[in-house]
Amino acid sequence: MLVWQLGSMMGWIPSTKLAPPSAVLGAFWTLTVSGDLLRHLTVSLTRVSIGLFIGVAIGVQFALIVGLSRIGDDVVDPMMQMLRTLPYLGLTPLLILWFGIGESPKIALVAFASAFPVYMTLLGGIRSVDPKLIEAARVFGLGRWETIRHVILPGSLAPALVGLRYSLGAAWLSLVVGEQINADRGIGYLIMDARDFLRTDIIIVGLLIYAILGLATDAIVRGVERYALAWRPSMLRPSR
Amino acid sequence: MSQVGVSVRGLSLSFGSAEVLRDLDLDIAPGEFVALLGRSGSGKTTLLRVLAGLEEPSRGTMHVPQPRAVVFQEPRLLPWKVVWENVALGLRGPDVRQRAFAALCEVQLERRAQAWPLTLSGGEAQRAGLARALVREPKVLLLDEPFASVDALTRLRMHDLVVELWRLHEPSILLVTHDVDEALLLADRAVVLEDGRIAAQIHVAARRPRDPTAAAFVMQRRELLALLGVQTGSAQRSTSEKVAVSLEIS
Repeated sequence: MLVWQLGSMMGWIPSTKLAPPSAVLGAFWTLTVSGDLLRHLTVSLTRVSIGLFIGVAIGVQFALIVGLSRIGDDVVDPMMQMLRTLPYLGLTPLLILWFGIGESPKIALVAFASAFPVYMTLLGGIRSVDPKLIEAARVFGLGRWETIRHVILPGSLAPALVGLRYSLGAAWLSLVVGEQINADRGIGYLIMDARDFLRTDIIIVGLLIYAILGLATDAIVRGVERYALAWRPSMLRPSR
Repeated sequence: MSQVGVSVRGLSLSFGSAEVLRDLDLDIAPGEFVALLGRSGSGKTTLLRVLAGLEEPSRGTMHVPQPRAVVFQEPRLLPWKVVWENVALGLRGPDVRQRAFAALCEVQLERRAQAWPLTLSGGEAQRAGLARALVREPKVLLLDEPFASVDALTRLRMHDLVVELWRLHEPSILLVTHDVDEALLLADRAVVLEDGRIAAQIHVAARRPRDPTAAAFVMQRRELLALLGVQTGSAQRSTSEKVAVSLEIS
């Protein structure tokens, strides 16, 4: 950081390539005071939230269908595997043709990207639930839905939450791409706009915001893990 | 007609071409404690699984009074539910929580009611499994080598506990075990399974608690080991001895 600041002050690093930390801080302050940052942040957060919600809902739904029924396994899984191998960022032109240039294509891109990680890990989790536990549930009189609720879903929660963290990563990544195409609001737009004026300080502010948002959402999921997986030995305090 | 126990007639079960149970007959009277012994691969766990309703027999008829409950070799507790919730799993009706706690009291595990299963010792986990079976007030209790994975001292305490709870609730018990001493200490009758059918059985008349050093015990132990194909040092027995231990070969 010090070398960076010094390099800029000595003129070794031109500010059109990389602004010094002081300028980044200054840009951050200006953007905060003017309310621009909050406005763009709100837009980005909304896009990610809606997209993620739709994507995770679809991923979970399909994982349940595939994991819990033979027909789902035969019919839905091959389709999901095919879609999964698509480089989803390459879908952008198609999404623009389908959804126009408003909010929809950006949300659709986020949803598409975030559906697969949670699908894959939840499905894997469902398939790896100890069959002995399922058998015990049967012996003790649990019906099919009770078995799903008390045995299969809790048993596959841990991998599903890991998948959710991957989904979050994919969601932010696709938002970055989505917001740099035909956007007039959002952190991605802020960055693209700054590029046109060679404002590397604002670009770095935008990148930092992305990084912080990614870390913060990941921390939220890890918090959920600590609560929901309290039964796992690694989560238990050694004294107990 | 009063109570009916377990009744199995002509039971056969094949896995592919392998016939695991062959034309097997078995009766367990109400409140009777039967130990099922056999070498590995003799089909004893399979028989228990059929009685538990976990395997469909290929042929034969069977009657198993309901409710029935199972204690597995591994405790098979759901790790994401605390102990009392595991005990209450699948229970219907009112006061589920109170009934679960009462069952935990019976196995002296009430202070671990709120613990996560993965924090229990092996013996505690098996007692939780026992509570989970007993809370259903079973007419038939199926025990699949439940003491195999606990240490020797804990096993002795578990033996006492099982006998005590059996006296209290009077279910029919089928205990699958490979431990001859365990069978003779606990059961009214030790049944030997060989090649998928009952090869022999021994009635144990001694009052509980039983003394493993008593002459009759030692004799029956030798008898049972011989039936299982284990030759002990003094395996030569007289015919009168055989009569004395009331050995029945079917």
